[in-house]
Amino acid sequence: MKKVLLASTLAASMALPMDAVAADYNVDTTHAFVNFKVSHLGYSFIQGRFNKFDGQFSYDENNVEASTVTVNVDTTSLDSNHAERDKHLKGSKYINADKYSTAKFVSTKVTKKADGGLSVAGDMTFYGVTKPIVVDANFIGGGKDPWGGTRAGFEGTTRLELADFGMKVKGPSSYVDLDIVLEGIKK
Amino acid sequence: MTESKIGYNKIAKSLHWISAITIIGLFAAGFWMVGLDYYSEWYTTAPHWHKSVGIMLFILSLFRLFWKFISTSPGLIGSQFEKKAAAAAHHLLYVLLFTLFISGYLISTADGRGIEIFNWFTVPGLGSFIENQEDLAGLVHEYVAYTLIGLASLHALAALKHHFINKDNTLKKML
Repeated sequence: MKKVLLASTLAASMALPMDAVAADYNVDTTHAFVNFKVSHLGYSFIQGRFNKFDGQFSYDENNVEASTVTVNVDTTSLDSNHAERDKHLKGSKYINADKYSTAKFVSTKVTKKADGGLSVAGDMTFYGVTKPIVVDANFIGGGKDPWGGTRAGFEGTTRLELADFGMKVKGPSSYVDLDIVLEGIKK
Repeated sequence: MTESKIGYNKIAKSLHWISAITIIGLFAAGFWMVGLDYYSEWYTTAPHWHKSVGIMLFILSLFRLFWKFISTSPGLIGSQFEKKAAAAAHHLLYVLLFTLFISGYLISTADGRGIEIFNWFTVPGLGSFIENQEDLAGLVHEYVAYTLIGLASLHALAALKHHFINKDNTLKKML
């Protein structure tokens, strides 16, 4: 009986990948960034970020397409390094952060591309509207951290066409590029 | 009461009427400018003027309080209730006015930036004291502005009531 138990334990442990990055992660918000970039008059760009958000992802190096990711952003935390502009952008003329205080991305399908990058399709909820979008992402690295945890990190970019989300577009500022860096700590 | 026959002194009258006109102007400008489109030619100039004039009025109001403190004001006219109500309203007008100065300052300086006054000098910013300071200070600024204009209207109506109905010296003291 003991032998059978030992054998099955051994078999089970051998079935696990050696590099065990496969797991669920909580986004470490002190090492994660949700940045945006939007045209200013067509002459330059305004860059800013959302300071408050949370998220989870699961990632299995050996079965990348089973990965999932969810990110919730508190839109009232918009920060473009200018208080008056932040107030304006958060106001009813732009993202109306009082009314639509949460933006959310929930992945629906992750595909590994030929170049090794990831194509993360999902539903983006912003300005009260949910639309399918695709985030171009890359796995950056993962493994043990010096403090006893296990981490994995990704970066991703996507473009939101404001008109898709029902926002009024005026001038050349018709889209927002999002640049996201997510580092997760294994649960 | 002989006091009630005497009007306010010239400096107090000037301060009162300059403040009245400036406050109405600031309110109108503020009401108008928050609705401006980003591509309006007034989009940057109107807030610049609103802030500049606002800070100048703040300095004038500090002098006004100082002047009120060192000079004598004529007594209030009317029943005990009217006198109490008038005094309370006058105090509240000052409180609301200074709340507007502070909240306005807190909107523009929430990121530590100073406020440029007529490209003449800069009032330094003290940065952020509370989270989402620009939004909260903005709400306070908005609602207090409406309250001040409401109370100032009541104040003006009361003066007109004294002048035309009671036919007393209330309004004339300030003219």
